[in-house]
Amino acid sequence: MFVNHYDSESHYDEMFAADGSCREHYLPFLEMIKNIPIEKLKQLQFTTDKAQMAMGMTFNVYHDKQGIEKILHLDIIPRIINAREWKNIEDGLKQRIYALNLFIQDIYNEQKILKDRILPRELIESCPGFLKQCSGLTPPKGIWCHITGTDLVRDKNGEFYVLEDNLRCPSGVSYQLESREIIKRVFPNLLSKLGVAPVSNYPSRLLNMLQYLSDKKKPVVGVLTPGVYNSAYFEHSYLALSMGVELVMGQDLVANNNRVYMQTTSGLQQIDVLYRRIDDTFLDPLAFNPQSLLGIPGIFAAYKSGNIALANAPGTGVADDKAIYAYVPKIIRYYLDEEPVLRNVPTYICSEKEDCDYVLAHLDELVVKETNAAGGYGMMIGPRATTDERNTFEGLIKSNPRNYIAQPMLSLSTVPTLVDTHLEPRHVDLRPYVLYGDGIEVIPGAFTRVALKRGSLIVNSSQGGGSKDTWVLQQ
Amino acid sequence: MLSRVANCVYWLGRYLERSENYSRFIDVNFNLMVDLPPNVKEQWEPLIRATGDYNLYISNYDSFNRETAIYFLAFDEKNPNSLFSSVSKARENARVVRENLTKESWEKLNEIYLFVREGADNKIWEKEDCSQFFKDVKYGIQLLYGIAENSVARTDGWYFIHLGQYLERADKTSRILDVKYHILLPSAEEVGSPLDFLQWTALLKSVSGFNFYRRYYGKIEPVNIVELLVLNKYFPRSVFFCLTNAEICLRTISGTNGNGYSNTAEKTLGALQSRLEYQDVNDVISSGLHEYLDSLQIKLNNISDAIHDNFFKLNQNFTNQNNLQE
Repeated sequence: MFVNHYDSESHYDEMFAADGSCREHYLPFLEMIKNIPIEKLKQLQFTTDKAQMAMGMTFNVYHDKQGIEKILHLDIIPRIINAREWKNIEDGLKQRIYALNLFIQDIYNEQKILKDRILPRELIESCPGFLKQCSGLTPPKGIWCHITGTDLVRDKNGEFYVLEDNLRCPSGVSYQLESREIIKRVFPNLLSKLGVAPVSNYPSRLLNMLQYLSDKKKPVVGVLTPGVYNSAYFEHSYLALSMGVELVMGQDLVANNNRVYMQTTSGLQQIDVLYRRIDDTFLDPLAFNPQSLLGIPGIFAAYKSGNIALANAPGTGVADDKAIYAYVPKIIRYYLDEEPVLRNVPTYICSEKEDCDYVLAHLDELVVKETNAAGGYGMMIGPRATTDERNTFEGLIKSNPRNYIAQPMLSLSTVPTLVDTHLEPRHVDLRPYVLYGDGIEVIPGAFTRVALKRGSLIVNSSQGGGSKDTWVLQQ
Repeated sequence: MLSRVANCVYWLGRYLERSENYSRFIDVNFNLMVDLPPNVKEQWEPLIRATGDYNLYISNYDSFNRETAIYFLAFDEKNPNSLFSSVSKARENARVVRENLTKESWEKLNEIYLFVREGADNKIWEKEDCSQFFKDVKYGIQLLYGIAENSVARTDGWYFIHLGQYLERADKTSRILDVKYHILLPSAEEVGSPLDFLQWTALLKSVSGFNFYRRYYGKIEPVNIVELLVLNKYFPRSVFFCLTNAEICLRTISGTNGNGYSNTAEKTLGALQSRLEYQDVNDVISSGLHEYLDSLQIKLNNISDAIHDNFFKLNQNFTNQNNLQE
């Protein structure tokens, strides 16, 4: 009943086409949901919230000393992706990660891409994510970006675009896995009927990948967390628990003789692979930020000696810079001699005079972003900003152009979302996860973030976003 | 296991036990007060003295009425040992080492925490009869123990939790026995009176020992109650029983078989355990019950310190970095 009044406005809606008809891959879902009274749906939504609270599936809000725990609202209406579109995303991500890994290896070693003048040298050297300490280094098995969570969005025309690469410490995968467990109970039978690809083996794939990085037969693996007040702490402990490995903090580890050890009740135990969830510059006060209390003095030297593998490798941030992002299509062509499968959002780089002038003249049309920020901070959405905000950003860009890029405003696609007593379109993005170990694999699912406020395009959990379970159909 | 994790699970064991004991104490004291003859005033001060937080109480509140006392013991966040503080700290420790717990244990503990928090929001202490709330907390924690009993593997983590639990229980039993020392009878003639009897019964009930006491000792005699709570071999809340089991945990952790000791924690704990093993209840009474219990509590603290030094202490790995900051 209530679906009849659904108005997808002028955006691309994942469930309904512009003429109001339901897209084919959503039909079985529509058949089922239209027979459920709205009160029952609201009840299901309520039990979902309850389940999250009972599971302690919470995140801590940043910039808050008390570390207030909140749940990430999980809307019960899933986002469904058909097999054909998924294949395209999968191929595109594999290609992209493969090329970016070659790029990082090149940047820290021969720098052919700079010598061939595909990329301006200044851009790399001024990039905060470029760590000169990593120069000349090849990580175990030559892999830098082991775990990636690429952000994709779908524009008006239905095309997917890569928005950000997130090669450092992408979070959210635990929500993807736990959300599936909850939604399974909300719509029993439907997942198998539709042929939704399972995601529950992610932890074992992750563990396999991490173990692959060591030459030992039974390497000791750990997850390194900044601690319980970090916003993603739930995820760190979830991953350690589901892989059956230790969750360690900097204080648990000591480096000695270029080896890293855990302090246990029965003495020191060597650790071989660390999935680190702290920023690379906080890893080691001796090599990077001397103020870091989170890190382990001497771990970087141990890493350079090949006695411990770190995932992701320190230094991957260079490829995660929003100005470098603009060059990814060129990077793919340069290293692979192939056309990119997935599109990039056209990007103006403020450090280039011509682009910068254009940006300053079109501040009311563009989205301006800091090149090194994340989490929806440090950005301005031109068409929605006040004159004051635009003036502030104009000043910021003029004083430090290298720090900013701008992109045209994309219209993110929408998915029906339960609001009070009916369904309304809400904007979503898509974050699939990619593992790079003995080969590259894309997990058939994703963390779909949804902007819960009507018309809002900001999906970040720290700024009022929620999530949806993502169903990838196998055929 | 990681030293930091061992430390957390040890305190998890202690805080859970503390939470359960506090719920039990409040519930029993509440019921005792309901039973009092009409001319006798409610006494909450002795319970607060026994918890060791008397000074904190009097610096914040000026009367020992029921509402304030229950608020202080159960919900006051300023009281580091209140039920709410203990449950929060138990959960916080569990959250820090969540990957070491079973999913069921974590979810149950989280539920207890949310329940106590809700109780605080509902101002349970103002209710005419709040006894059900504390019973529910107590059963919640016992259910958690039951879940763990059948799902947690017997590795070091299990023994650290129980080590904490037994040491905490030994301390709390000694304290609850001390309550009776502080409770005032209206006059000396009341010794052996129905009121005196009521108080001793309440004490036994607060450690779930009333039925066992009746069967094992029969008549209510202070000296036998002291024996039950301090020296009894079979009663799971006696100080001796707790120490014996704590020692088993500790020896399992360090892998010490047979005689002697392999670290200072085992040495201090073993010495106290053997002392109690060969003590007579008259030795306890003749040294003065209150003084005896006081010295027992100090020894328990020493044991906890020795455990910390032997298993939880981390090497500072920031020495180089401090130099850099200068």
